[in-house]
Amino acid sequence: MSFFTALVAGLLFGAGLLLSGMTNPTIVRAFLDVTGHWQPSLAFTLAAAVAVALPAYQLAHHRPLTVLGLKIAWPNRYNIDRPLLLGSAIFGVGWGLSGICPGPGLVILTRPGLHAVAFFVGMVVGILAARPRPAKPGPQPG
Amino acid sequence: MLSDLSIPLWRSIAGGALIGAAAAVLILTNGRIAGISGILDRTLHGAFGATGWRLAFLAGLLIPGLVFGSGMPVFVAGPWTLLAAGLLVGYGTRTGSGCTSGHGVCGMANLAPRSLVATLMFMGVAMLTVYGVRHLARL
Repeated sequence: MSFFTALVAGLLFGAGLLLSGMTNPTIVRAFLDVTGHWQPSLAFTLAAAVAVALPAYQLAHHRPLTVLGLKIAWPNRYNIDRPLLLGSAIFGVGWGLSGICPGPGLVILTRPGLHAVAFFVGMVVGILAARPRPAKPGPQPG
Repeated sequence: MLSDLSIPLWRSIAGGALIGAAAAVLILTNGRIAGISGILDRTLHGAFGATGWRLAFLAGLLIPGLVFGSGMPVFVAGPWTLLAAGLLVGYGTRTGSGCTSGHGVCGMANLAPRSLVATLMFMGVAMLTVYGVRHLARL
């Protein structure tokens, strides 16, 4: 059952990325180009995503287990450390250069081409190079 | 120029709502964060067995693109730049424990200060990078 729900979540996510235009680097870059011809469309996408996910997260906090009876793997919410800041800054440079973040980076592989493959290869090498990662923070009660 | 880059408002909002729904489904059923970089990371490291749900999620992520086509992505850089950018995205998201989905959507929905800081950081740096590339380097 958890395979099926994960598949459904993946389908929704992939459809959302396509519909919102996030799989088009030009649209993403137009959002990041605040001093140029700024296009706020992605701000609406992010706001809508958070607005839909927020009630679900708040509901999840009040349940001991998920509807499938699974324990929730809560990440740390408060630990603001060097890896968080440095890693996010490095990600920002890559996102700004390419207009591609990890989700769209996978979705664009469905239309094969040198550009998509180049980004994907770089991303995989980058992920593997990031190990060993700092110790995983413990679960957060709520 | 607006018409070239903008997409209908309903698509921005509906697309975002679908992404939010994906995050909602995954936390309420599997008890997991819908963070793409983390899911990809664990999958690459062969964390299967009880965590094979990640493969199902990734398969689902690709199916809409395979069925409907991923549109016509217009790339803003050449393959070598994209290779370098991919390196930075992969390394940075794992070092920072999250990307646009994990911190930007799920972390914000989780009201996590850690994710708010991460999102402001990568979005701010990305905007600065675009500024540098487009307005200073004239590339």
